[in-house]
Amino acid sequence: MTDIAWIEAALTAARPRAVSALLRYFRDLDIAEEAFQEASLKALTKWMENGPPRDPTAWLIFVGRNAAIDGVRRQGKFTDLPDEEALSDDSDAEAEMADRLDSADYRDDILRLLFICCHPDLPNTQQIALALRIVSGLTVGQISRAFLVSEAAMEQRITRAKRRVANADVPFETPNAVDRAERLGIVATMLYLIFNEGYSAAGEQDGRAALCDEAIRLARLLLGLFQAEPELMGLMALMLLQRARMPARFDALGNVILLDEQDRSQWDRKMIAEGLALVDKAMRHRTPGPYQVQAAIAALHARASTPAATDWPQIDLLYATLEQMQPSPVVTLNRAVAAAKVSGPATALAMIEPLGAELSGYFYFFGLKGNLLKQLGRKGEARVAFDRAIALAGSTAEAAHIRSQLDQL
Amino acid sequence: MQYAILCYNSEATISAWTKEEDDACMTRLAVVQDSLIQRGKLGPVARLLPTTTATTLRKDHEPPLVIDGPFAETKEQLLGFYVVDAESLDEALDIARDLGRANPGGSYEIRPIGLYHPDPRRP
Repeated sequence: MTDIAWIEAALTAARPRAVSALLRYFRDLDIAEEAFQEASLKALTKWMENGPPRDPTAWLIFVGRNAAIDGVRRQGKFTDLPDEEALSDDSDAEAEMADRLDSADYRDDILRLLFICCHPDLPNTQQIALALRIVSGLTVGQISRAFLVSEAAMEQRITRAKRRVANADVPFETPNAVDRAERLGIVATMLYLIFNEGYSAAGEQDGRAALCDEAIRLARLLLGLFQAEPELMGLMALMLLQRARMPARFDALGNVILLDEQDRSQWDRKMIAEGLALVDKAMRHRTPGPYQVQAAIAALHARASTPAATDWPQIDLLYATLEQMQPSPVVTLNRAVAAAKVSGPATALAMIEPLGAELSGYFYFFGLKGNLLKQLGRKGEARVAFDRAIALAGSTAEAAHIRSQLDQL
Repeated sequence: MQYAILCYNSEATISAWTKEEDDACMTRLAVVQDSLIQRGKLGPVARLLPTTTATTLRKDHEPPLVIDGPFAETKEQLLGFYVVDAESLDEALDIARDLGRANPGGSYEIRPIGLYHPDPRRP
């Protein structure tokens, strides 16, 4: 099959590696992107005529490099390369050039490209937008729809972010082990931000759900290059296990369905299998981290065939571990959900009451507080908490969920 | 003779497929597989999870080394396999061609099976 769909999938798959290798050659994001763009256009005609090359990524890098090299040759840095006619028509030449690409370079290339998008001066939303544009190759239109802003506004946001990273010192030297670990951590955070941007969307129909799949795809690529990183395994597992539940998370009207009430037959078994396998692999390293713990919690939910079969005591323990690793009122709030199941609503309420000041603007705090008060029969106080939650709801689905609880009072 | 048809393809490209593309491919393959089942030609079939879930046990060390990831870093990865009954290599190749039309791209390695224990849990 050398049809358009295959070529598009191959271009999408090759893009992060190709752009990041081109960035290493040219040390300029715009040139690297344009070079990839030109190579992609050539691929559309060449691959249609001659069939796909043996190594599409290597082909794109070399053709892109050739295409862009004229523009920068004046600087005298580059020597001639064989032209793409010779490359694409001669499989020996392709095999040779594939060998000339040191696969070890890919690791640091891709990490660098993702790391550039995580520039600390950029707000989270710009980091995500930049990564989706440059690394994933989503169009500005696709990204603007995912962020529910106009295309012009997103175009401007990306241009500004690009200018900022272009002026920044981009680390081109090969990172040492400490730098590499630090960058992996920062990139992992950004990937999880992309995922959550999609996960907060209202159902599969919402275009933003595609962001979850993109985050998973990028994490899988990264994990393929850094095979022995337990926290990357944890992140990947966490995203897969959460993504697996998405088909069951919303009803036909777009209202949130809580975990307890979800139709578990709608959970994606293949994603769950992959997620559980990764949790297993990560645990073997015995170097727990926050993503692994969160993945382990998600795994316990995924393993329970019914809500009643959920291992809440274990989840409570895991949240306690997470609280120590990454103390935050939101983690405590989540732990309280487990504590309510294990030790009852009074214990859970005592756990979250000290958080009132810090979480005074947090929808879930008042949602849970109202729910616990309801369970304790303190209807008046529950109503106050639910009213506050509705005022803070970020979506109609969230508000509708609280209203249905209010109706039960 | 029994043959294993080992499926190799670029995992990166497969994972760039949309869910619709993946589903469509599986539907096309099911048609070919149904015809093989009716003719009594098809044995076990497996689609493997991504190579990121793989673990390798290197037995040339004592004690054996456990390594994260697949055995070999290759441009195309082993993604699954079929076991088929065929009279000859030609017939096995025909079956592989039929499967290949339903799932283009990548390669099939056709490998005669030397020893075969059917699943002992399903007599």
